[in-house]
Amino acid sequence: MSTTLEFPFKTAHPNYLNAEYGWKSWLFTTDHKRIALLYLFSITAFFFVGGAFAVAMRIHLMSPDGIFSHDTYNKLFTMHGIIMVFFFLVPSIPATLGNFLIPPMIGARDLAFPRINLLSWYIYMAGGIFTMFAVVEGGVDTGWTFYAPFSTTYSNTHVILAAAGVFVSGFSSILTGLNFIITIHKMRAPGMTWLRLPLFVWSHYATALIQVLGTPVIAITLVLLGLERVFHAGIFDPNQGGDPVLFQHLFWFYSHPAVYIMILPGMAVISEIVPCFSRKGIFGYSFIAYSSIAIAVLGFLVWGHHLFVAGQSIYASMAFSLLSFMVAVPSAIKVFNWTATMYKGSVSYETPMLYAFGFIGLFTIGGLTGLFLATMAVDIHVTDTYFVIAHFHYIMVGGMVMAYLGGIHFWFPKISGRLYPENWARFAALIVFVGFNLTFFPQFILGYLGMPRRYATYDQEFQMLHVMSTAGASILGVGYILPMIYLAWAWRHGPISPQNPWNAKGLEWEQSPTPPPTFNFERPPIVTEPPYNYSGEEMEVEYRNEH
Amino acid sequence: MSISRTELLHEVAPDELKHHFDTPEQQFESSTLGMWVFLITEVMFFGGMFAGYTVYRNLYPKAFAAASESMNLVIGTANTAILIGSSFTMVLAVRSAQLGRKKALIGFLIFTLLLGCVFLSLKYVEYHEKWVDHHVPGPAFHFDQPQYARQAQILFFLYFAMTGMHALHMIVGAGLLLTLIFMAAKNRFSEHWFTPVEIVGLYWHFVDIVWIFLFPLLYLIGRT
Repeated sequence: MSTTLEFPFKTAHPNYLNAEYGWKSWLFTTDHKRIALLYLFSITAFFFVGGAFAVAMRIHLMSPDGIFSHDTYNKLFTMHGIIMVFFFLVPSIPATLGNFLIPPMIGARDLAFPRINLLSWYIYMAGGIFTMFAVVEGGVDTGWTFYAPFSTTYSNTHVILAAAGVFVSGFSSILTGLNFIITIHKMRAPGMTWLRLPLFVWSHYATALIQVLGTPVIAITLVLLGLERVFHAGIFDPNQGGDPVLFQHLFWFYSHPAVYIMILPGMAVISEIVPCFSRKGIFGYSFIAYSSIAIAVLGFLVWGHHLFVAGQSIYASMAFSLLSFMVAVPSAIKVFNWTATMYKGSVSYETPMLYAFGFIGLFTIGGLTGLFLATMAVDIHVTDTYFVIAHFHYIMVGGMVMAYLGGIHFWFPKISGRLYPENWARFAALIVFVGFNLTFFPQFILGYLGMPRRYATYDQEFQMLHVMSTAGASILGVGYILPMIYLAWAWRHGPISPQNPWNAKGLEWEQSPTPPPTFNFERPPIVTEPPYNYSGEEMEVEYRNEH
Repeated sequence: MSISRTELLHEVAPDELKHHFDTPEQQFESSTLGMWVFLITEVMFFGGMFAGYTVYRNLYPKAFAAASESMNLVIGTANTAILIGSSFTMVLAVRSAQLGRKKALIGFLIFTLLLGCVFLSLKYVEYHEKWVDHHVPGPAFHFDQPQYARQAQILFFLYFAMTGMHALHMIVGAGLLLTLIFMAAKNRFSEHWFTPVEIVGLYWHFVDIVWIFLFPLLYLIGRT
């Protein structure tokens, strides 16, 4: 490992991609940018595995009879959920874009603990192998929620293997979050005060708090689940004096905040894209920054809204309902501020901005339908129906995956050093938007009409809507495969990108070469202006010259 | 700031200051803050079991009291004293590291390790006792007061889960101590660089504190 501390690094155009070659230089790297790419390729693989299960489900649901046995269908939705939640959504933006961008954004040469960063990827892969092994061995049929006592007593599938996979991968999430917290606290460049941090970093800080505080709880919950499955001591079994609702409490104590692990990084990306393509400073910077923290804190107090019909006390339900409404406030603050940022800005329609538009619209629908579900009386009608499925897919797919794709496009020049074909990308963004809505909007209606989730069959009257959903899913699939193709092409053959192709603000664009060298900067960065200074407030140029 | 780092460098062996840090202070603070954050995750990890304990003790106070009475109070008390003692020797080890006293450092680390091993051995004796008494949850579980048997089984389940997780942390801690002893023997530490001793110290104290909560909650609730 090089330990030179001399600045500037006197080299021609070396960057993190051409610094070293060979598989060892990737598998044993401690460079946060290379680790981000390791994550990028592995989560993309898991995304397509999880997507394959979704495709199988949608094909099955084209007719009430389906093509798979009901047992197989149970396994399909379980594996789809486990893989998408724990192996795609949770690590998606933090482990790839967050890993790549947080150090350059705050002016650091790497994350605080580079070796732990690499370790987190290996742990993630180990967890993934456990889970894929469970798939190969025949799958799991408990749903991604592993509810007891079905998972502890009655299921004959590989619950322990899959739970072990989730348990192990949780540590990778913890280590990533820990690394981010320390990095943001201790590694900021001179002049990078807390209120000059890009909102991307603020959101990731909030995400990291949840990862660090929430993930250990799911870990111990899965340990208890595994022990109970082996010893049958009855801790979650009502026949033996245990309480299955305790499992649900412990599970959702993590898994509801985990929803914010899955959406806050999406908000992080949107907060960067919107001001750049509006050519305008972000509206209400500190409100957006603090709303991320508010979401992280309030997010820990709302888990009981998953238990409205589980026999929870009605007074607890009322408190959880109220708190769930409150968590909508900081989310809405963000949406209003992004919109206000665009107001009177010079909005242009490059691909990242198209995804940002998609995010804002779909996240709003997903968020508002979340309020329906937080309302106790309405929730009783739609609990465990397709309404819930549609709601969280609007957040997770319409929100997070849109933001992820937007972010990948926005920072693709930074990561690869090349430009992607803009028109193809715009076309793909449109396809994703249309396909997504056609897939999931009918599911709102299905759920409202009473179609329960996780059923392998349904009433004839629902077929029309199911066919629409399946048709949408096939369009959505095309929308996901297209970027794979043209981005892979652009990685080798795209035009060479200038350092700052979007004319964006931020250390990673303005002071770090494209693609960045191993230590991100050619000379130590100094921050002399407020964040998102698109209107060009006076810069303290003298300060820069003095140092 | 970028200039002052060169001045500070001479205080530290160059290979101990990693390339991405500016100053030894920054590196030291990052490592200790990292350990504190990790300990917070540990609090949440054990917290899940403490939450389960709270729920079931509220539901079944009498069964829990009855089951708690069958715990081996002598070994539990001895282990509490041993762990507090090991925390004391660990503090002395950290202090010796800060002062750069190599021999004292190695001595106190070995002492701490030995106390940890005594704790684990006594734990083994206790687990074996439970096995003989059929107090291990599962098909062979048996409890003398049949009206409490099922509920007592939950306490024993929690007992094994909680003390088992604690023992696992002790084993990891013993491994860390062993590593420190080797590092100290190879003269890796000095009064300018002793970060690993410091953060393993934090970890060791945390594991002790967990036991301080486990002991009364598992051993003492039946004895008023």
